[in-house]
Amino acid sequence: MSPERWHRRLRRLTAHWPTLAVLAGVWVMLWGDLSWANVIGGLVVAALAVVLFPLPPVASSGTLRPWPFLRLVAYFVVEVFVASFQVAWLALRPGPAPRGGVVAVRLRNPDDLVLTVTAEITSLVPGSVVIEAQRRSGALFLHVLDLEGAGGAERVRQQTLELEERVLRALGGATLLAHADRTRGED
Amino acid sequence: MTGEPAWVTAVLDALAALCLVLGAFLTLSAGVGVLRFENVLARMHAVTKPQVLGLILLLLAVAARVRSWPVVAMLALVVAFQLVTSPVAAHMVGRAAYRTGKIRPEDLDVDELPHGDDENENAGGPSA
Repeated sequence: MSPERWHRRLRRLTAHWPTLAVLAGVWVMLWGDLSWANVIGGLVVAALAVVLFPLPPVASSGTLRPWPFLRLVAYFVVEVFVASFQVAWLALRPGPAPRGGVVAVRLRNPDDLVLTVTAEITSLVPGSVVIEAQRRSGALFLHVLDLEGAGGAERVRQQTLELEERVLRALGGATLLAHADRTRGED
Repeated sequence: MTGEPAWVTAVLDALAALCLVLGAFLTLSAGVGVLRFENVLARMHAVTKPQVLGLILLLLAVAARVRSWPVVAMLALVVAFQLVTSPVAAHMVGRAAYRTGKIRPEDLDVDELPHGDDENENAGGPSA
């Protein structure tokens, strides 16, 4: 590898300091002991990981708004409980398994971060598992376990867009949010 | 732990017991779901939702019972990675099953995923 390339990779370290901090934190948690040796060891391992396994940059203008984020987390916790007991009931109840279907949802904001977080949460909240995501068009394809119980494809679409809205409020950048407000006006 | 009042111990132990029972129930029902649901996509529901929450509740029970910070930190990591990875795993399995034609059309009441669409090719890839 050429020296310039190494140089570029090393520069990445300064740009990726949040990644370094998180990875070092994980390292310390895994060792279960907050000592200087662990913190320094964690930073070294994190730096090696960032330099040796570079990731493509995430095209996102994400921020974190504490209050909407907390609301998103609270909503998520409640929904995970509802979803789990719902699937548990569908699995254990007598009679035939419910009829499912694949529903397409086109998100309004094809931002990488919002798309990813929305897709992740969608898989854990009631009714749906993501089976296909199109990054370019921002479309998610969800498998719905119990289409009838979920209130039909239209209802699922509406719920997913609501979830996207919550994610956007919590993590989306200012321009993204303004864009979302504009497009909603047109709907 | 010795320094805590008796009622704290009692409450935490009760919480641990409750979480253990609920978690075990959810994990069992996830297993039953995997057996009973008819196709891969439906089974993915069982392995994401009740399975993940079941595991979280079981780990919560362990945390409430063991009550030591290093253990809690480790369990928190397990929960975090579980929440991040299990939807992705389900997505990958479901997607592979769908693309390789393992899903019979009669299993789906509605199917809005376009077939043979070129845009699907790099849908999950790093960049277009």
